[in-house]
Amino acid sequence: MGSSLRRCRTPLGFGLLAAAGILVIGLPIVGLVARTPWGRFVPILADGTAREALRLSLVVATSAGVLSLVAGFPLAWVLARASWPGASLVRALVVLPLVMPPVVAGVGLLAAFGRRGVVGSWLYEAFGVQLTFTTGAAVLAAWFVSFPLAVLALEAGLRGIDERLEGAAAAMGASRGYVLRRVTVPLLRSQIAAAFVLAWARALGEFGATITFAGNLQGRTQTLPLAVFERLQTDQDAAVALSLVLIGLALGVILALRGRFLR
Amino acid sequence: MSGLVVDVVVRRGDFEVAAAFEADVGETLALVGPNGSGKSTLVAALAGLVAPVHGRIELDGCALDADDVPSVPPERRPIGVVFQDLLLFPHLSALENVAFPLRARGVDRSTARRRAQELLERLGVGPRAGARPSELSGGEAQRVSLARALVARPALLLLDEPLSSLDVGVRARMRELLSEELARFPGVRVFVTHDPVEATSLADRLVLLEAGRVTQIGTPEEIRAMPRSRYAADLVGLNAFRGRLESAGEGVGRLVTDEGELTVALPPTYEGGEVIGLLRPVDVTLSLEPPAGSARNVLRGRVTSIAVDGERARLRIASAPPLVAEVTLGSLERLGLCEGAAVWASFKALEVQVLVD
Repeated sequence: MGSSLRRCRTPLGFGLLAAAGILVIGLPIVGLVARTPWGRFVPILADGTAREALRLSLVVATSAGVLSLVAGFPLAWVLARASWPGASLVRALVVLPLVMPPVVAGVGLLAAFGRRGVVGSWLYEAFGVQLTFTTGAAVLAAWFVSFPLAVLALEAGLRGIDERLEGAAAAMGASRGYVLRRVTVPLLRSQIAAAFVLAWARALGEFGATITFAGNLQGRTQTLPLAVFERLQTDQDAAVALSLVLIGLALGVILALRGRFLR
Repeated sequence: MSGLVVDVVVRRGDFEVAAAFEADVGETLALVGPNGSGKSTLVAALAGLVAPVHGRIELDGCALDADDVPSVPPERRPIGVVFQDLLLFPHLSALENVAFPLRARGVDRSTARRRAQELLERLGVGPRAGARPSELSGGEAQRVSLARALVARPALLLLDEPLSSLDVGVRARMRELLSEELARFPGVRVFVTHDPVEATSLADRLVLLEAGRVTQIGTPEEIRAMPRSRYAADLVGLNAFRGRLESAGEGVGRLVTDEGELTVALPPTYEGGEVIGLLRPVDVTLSLEPPAGSARNVLRGRVTSIAVDGERARLRIASAPPLVAEVTLGSLERLGLCEGAAVWASFKALEVQVLVD
């Protein structure tokens, strides 16, 4: 043989650029850990407003995750299975919140659900309901930004299912509802879990849309990211400590999804 | 009337299948045809997974599909199906797979599981009840799939290529089991195959399907006596030459095919036109030297394949037209034939049976 296989060597330039990338991601985390006031860590978290922000964050993220699944499954099904005019337009619309600046999302939500918004004014006049500055508004903002991730994960999952299995189930006497409960959903189990975790994580970190649409009210709309932002101006140690909590939660998400991202 | 009555046109994409046939209760019908002839499309239509463009499917007097009423949806058809790729549910155990049709029809859990277990025992896979489909061997998966089709006591048992996915060794045993189960199944049995042995050994009657059309319906004996297409002749092991018959004078005819010419006896009612010439492989004589006998047809070609079956060997010969010849193992050895060898093949004009197409 004339040529023999040579081990593929990493070009020097690639190595340097890759190292720079690792530093960009790694240094802020190292910095956070280094700056964490370990001595005050427990008192900061034990503080009433911090605990309240953590509780609120979990409530908001979990509600947004559940809503994304409940509304996302039918939408993903329609996108994956039905052929209808405008499907690609709707898919583009669904993806929009992913690439839209969150503050713009907040302004949009205000324009729709604010007291003088398209739907909000009607809600206020007909039922006396005002959404802005409520926990509901924080949930709505988090749902808005996390929904696309859930829909995309579920749609990919639905496309991956062998539809002939569902046909076989029908031929075995299963009604559509039974096929959905006993075949489709069980086959999608891991994608449903992934959709929930992705949406939950995105909702947990939401800042721009929340502060624009729901405001920054302790105990009602001040989630952890908003609390971090506020502490940054008054108590940097507290901001760092709360940030570390958010990183801890994010790490938990990666572990939960380890089958997908880690080998 | 009881039994199955089919007279439908089914379309899948650009492909159209038009088929009409009937099957009685207690009868086993084989839908036989080459790949792409529309067998699986017909299965899907019978199962209700594809709606016919028009026509009727009737089972025991009930219209499942008809032009003037809505089709019965798949889940309400009394049909048990074994799909070509089995399509066992990967997230359920063998037992749960077999219990599925009962559970889907509202049978309570313990009754469904008990009946599923009984059926798995009968089919010899009782000990594998807890296994997932991915853990089953090909033969085991086939048995579980058969159990799933039988468990709800359907009126029609529909099997799509039930043996094609199996290894040769497992296939013979499975064919035996299938033959027993078909015999004890009280309703209409329809199975799809492209295998001549399966078709002729398991079915009472064959429906031959080619390019979306039924070309012949009959018992294996009827088709052997008078195959109406080259595929049918192939199926029952005959040489078939489709072509134009021309008179060559004094009772002798010339059969002109796309692949070569043959001399045949001119039928007394000769009118010319398209015919099929049939030739039994045992009537072909093979020799290494040009034969000097009375045979009017003498062809030369290379042996492309040799299949040994017991004491006999079937040889494919790339002559013009191509031939299948059958000789004893003794002759094969005496001639020293192997694949690639050049050989003379001869047969009398009288041995070619001419059928008007």
